[in-house]
Amino acid sequence: MSLGRVAGAALLALLALGPYLPMAGMRQYVLHVMIQILIWSFIGGAWSLMGRFGLISLGHGAFLGIGAYTSTLLWNFHGVTPWVGGVVAAALTIVAALVVAYPCSRFQVVGHYFALVTLAVGEVVRLLIIAERNWTGGSLGLSLTAAASDGPLAMQFADKRVFYYAALVLWLAGLWVWHRVDRSMARSAMEAIGEDETAAASVGIHVTRFKVGITMLSAALTAIGGVAYAQYISYVNPDTLAGIGVSLRIVFAVVLGGMYSLLGPTVGTALTIALAEYLRVVFGLRFIGMAETIYGLLLILFIIFLPAGIYGSLRELITRLRSGVIVAGSARSA
Amino acid sequence: MIDPIFLLEAAVNGVLLGGVLALLALGLNLIFGVIDIVWIAYVDLVMVCMYLVYFLVMVYGWPLWLAGVLSIALGALLGLGVHLLIITPILGSAPVNQLLATGGLLFFLQSFATFLWTTDHRTVRLALPILEVGGMFVSFARLIAFAISLVAMLGLWIFLRRTYIGTAIRAVSQDREAMALMGADPQRVYFVTSAVGGAMAGLAGALLIIQYSVHPFFGAAFGPLTFMICVLGGLGNMVGAFIASFIMSEIISISGVVISTEMGYVIAFLVFIVMMFARPGGILARRG
Repeated sequence: MSLGRVAGAALLALLALGPYLPMAGMRQYVLHVMIQILIWSFIGGAWSLMGRFGLISLGHGAFLGIGAYTSTLLWNFHGVTPWVGGVVAAALTIVAALVVAYPCSRFQVVGHYFALVTLAVGEVVRLLIIAERNWTGGSLGLSLTAAASDGPLAMQFADKRVFYYAALVLWLAGLWVWHRVDRSMARSAMEAIGEDETAAASVGIHVTRFKVGITMLSAALTAIGGVAYAQYISYVNPDTLAGIGVSLRIVFAVVLGGMYSLLGPTVGTALTIALAEYLRVVFGLRFIGMAETIYGLLLILFIIFLPAGIYGSLRELITRLRSGVIVAGSARSA
Repeated sequence: MIDPIFLLEAAVNGVLLGGVLALLALGLNLIFGVIDIVWIAYVDLVMVCMYLVYFLVMVYGWPLWLAGVLSIALGALLGLGVHLLIITPILGSAPVNQLLATGGLLFFLQSFATFLWTTDHRTVRLALPILEVGGMFVSFARLIAFAISLVAMLGLWIFLRRTYIGTAIRAVSQDREAMALMGADPQRVYFVTSAVGGAMAGLAGALLIIQYSVHPFFGAAFGPLTFMICVLGGLGNMVGAFIASFIMSEIISISGVVISTEMGYVIAFLVFIVMMFARPGGILARRG
């Protein structure tokens, strides 16, 4: 695995030096795309914490929306710093996750049914934001009030590099949490639950506790991602941060990359954002909708032909090639 | 306090909306029950058919009924196409991938419609009167749509009960493995189901365009509601879906008048969530 470690360290060094590499006038744009990739990868990673155990949520827009709107509203109306706003947002989504996940687990709402219940939850949050238009701005969205002066307290910075490093740290923290879950007892327990709930319960696994716990963790991280995104874009909108559209986008990116590996969500998110940006640059304003059309078509093709995700399929291929080399090598020595 | 006549009018409009929702839900539920895959893009197929009717009637001056017949044919073709091109290759995949493949189709149809026809709202303007019955106003267009969808549902019911292939379709939705052992060809059943489900989408499109304007995001407005009705009624349970359509449409219609349109949907979705916990097998299922 030493080769992998070297590659990882090189990638990390490249990311850390990123803002200082020569980019011939494209710096602001590249940084903007990178920040989005890092934040959405973090959110995708949060989703895959649940998704990899068969808890397919189509309603993560709910947690994203609650997170982004909580910190933005607290800042705009009460001047509360997003640091506190973020904690409140995470706490609120944990409560929301508990309210959804506990009955789902108790009444054995799984599979398609779980997906549809979460989808309904996402739509409820989106519609509530629109219905409360007096203070949320309704479907027109809400702009974050600019602070008197930039700085860490207001979490507003004129320099994109600050956002870049903040997003990088957030992304690494997300990977660390993913890795910790991957190495914990919870993983074995959740895998057992994902395969057969009754059997898992019969060997003494507390099914509800694990399911609700992983949902709360995933929801809280998603809310923090929402706060980060709102601070960076400084505008929130119910259609881009809640409801079925954004929820599906998160799931697509993760499944495209592969949800069973640490870097899968990141690979998927980076590819979808890069592809969307590329198509947008190529087609521009001439063919509105063309970029998204190709994006949709590619998604269908990827899901049919690479069901384990791009990163997952690549890893499989490498493992197969390696074992092939070993078999060939041992055959020669024998 | 709201004048009771408004509540009554909302209730009547709720029944009329329920008829159309039932038509949408029955087509999706047929596919759901037989092939066991959620076509997330189902209502987007309806949207495509609505565009067809719009262009035939408003641009080429066809009579509405003929455009409707063509819309049904297009729906059946689309249903077959989706089954052959997207569903067949992933029949054995994980449920999440099946869900997402049709989700990709949703993105594709939405954005391709935006590309071809822009985001303008388009309506077929019919010179139909609005009836006044005892102080209530009821749109004649809605009444016609309601009547035709009832007839279509009756037709589907007879098709499922009285024909050989209909019986085979019902058999698959009850027991997939046993059906193949009985000598019926599953491929053929899947084809017919997809085509009939698609044809229902085409008919729904023709009936919806005379009440609502069509735009590329039409599917996003009606899609989630349609899945929820199917699940609420019990997957593959036609009678359940029929009843669930009216429950949901009444909730939306009445709370829309009493509170606000968005809150009407919020309440309907909350009812769905709570019912999922209380009766996961659908409203008609016995509590196990």
